[in-house]
Amino acid sequence: MIYLDNAATTLHKPPEVAAAVVSAMSELGNAGRGAYGASLDGARTIYKVRALLAEFFGAGDPRRIVFTCNSTESLNIALKGLLKPGDHAITTQLEHNSVLRPLYELQKQGVGLTIVQADRLGRVDYADFERAITPQTRLIAATHASNLTGNMLDIARIGEITHRHGLLLVVDASQTAGEVPVDAGQLLADVLCFTGHKGLMGPQGTGGMYVRPGVEIRPLLSGGTGVQSYLKTQPPQMPERLEAGTLNGHGIAGLGAAVRFIMDTGIGKVQAKEQSLMRRFYEGVRGIPGVTVYGDFEAKLRCPIVALNIRGRDSGEVSDALFTEYGIAVRPGAHCAPLMHEALGTKEQGAVRFSFSYYNTEEETDAAIRAVRALAREEET
Amino acid sequence: MRRKTLHLVITFNTTTEAMAMEDLCKSRHAPGRMIPVPQSISAGCGLCWCAQPDDRETLQALMQEAGLEPENITECMV
Repeated sequence: MIYLDNAATTLHKPPEVAAAVVSAMSELGNAGRGAYGASLDGARTIYKVRALLAEFFGAGDPRRIVFTCNSTESLNIALKGLLKPGDHAITTQLEHNSVLRPLYELQKQGVGLTIVQADRLGRVDYADFERAITPQTRLIAATHASNLTGNMLDIARIGEITHRHGLLLVVDASQTAGEVPVDAGQLLADVLCFTGHKGLMGPQGTGGMYVRPGVEIRPLLSGGTGVQSYLKTQPPQMPERLEAGTLNGHGIAGLGAAVRFIMDTGIGKVQAKEQSLMRRFYEGVRGIPGVTVYGDFEAKLRCPIVALNIRGRDSGEVSDALFTEYGIAVRPGAHCAPLMHEALGTKEQGAVRFSFSYYNTEEETDAAIRAVRALAREEET
Repeated sequence: MRRKTLHLVITFNTTTEAMAMEDLCKSRHAPGRMIPVPQSISAGCGLCWCAQPDDRETLQALMQEAGLEPENITECMV
């Protein structure tokens, strides 16, 4: 199988990741629940990965890294813990449902919402953010990159707007963490949400968020923390304030191995390889008669994603043919990004998304180009 | 029962801070080890750093340098 659905989850992980999970499952106790060896080793592992992620995301202080199950949980914690009825939030048409659905839910509770529109190439007009600000605006929630087109938003530019107006900036880095350098400070992010299983190449069920010092988020969950047990509320101190219940220590051990691999390899090297494969694929398919490629490929800021359609053919059918006839795994349909499809005019048809990872090869990329060419030719007859 | 002696006990608000203390002390070869918080200091659970009373100044200086704020520094029988 040629696996090109890395924007959904990376299938090929560094071998150290599984080894770390297996080792953790054999050796680690519950972090912070005892002072014996196995429990302390659990706490040590989690602390080390916290510190590693703080370094990776330019967060400085490990206490500002919160562990969650994935980006969706992080985004729910951030949006529901920062917004209250009467507030106003701004987001974009590029967003995934992990941002949109919590915001729609909050909208029903009395939070105002403005969605900055994208054009047919998936681009936004940054002045629209400023135009959408009202006296009630509390935050802007924006994805770092569209999971459909791969186009990145200039988050630092949005951050400059939020800083100037005293707003908060919540960033969804699901598609960029591990794919491009992500520095919370340089992006001017107040909250940065990430998942462990995509570009970071860690296990599913891992993720987290960076929360800037001074940003107070109401906990979404309450429960055991291993500290301050007679307090009737979550402890006020980070990160335990936002971490109720036993953490996924085994998964976090794997995530640590994955992030260590990326840091040792160099994010620049990972990015260059993935970008090269993405550009190679784009150049290979863009001129094929009947193929429509979506997104802005003039933009320098991109993730290794290419979404396309073959004439009016059902994207699910194309993806099925790619898998059954060519052994190529890609994702069709809506990609949990309904508004982005509306902007691209692909709401009914969906799109076939090819997404590349560090472990893909030029041979695999060329095989995918040949398969698209063959399917497009088949359509003509 | 095991005979208790006077120790320096440093408590933290979170497990994360306690682990930061252990990491700091290990990297700087500072004395002490992690123990459960003694009941005489706080009911409930949690971890604390336990060392000898004479280590107070060394450990305080280290924490200050690292920007690590303890919940409490005290001496008790451990």
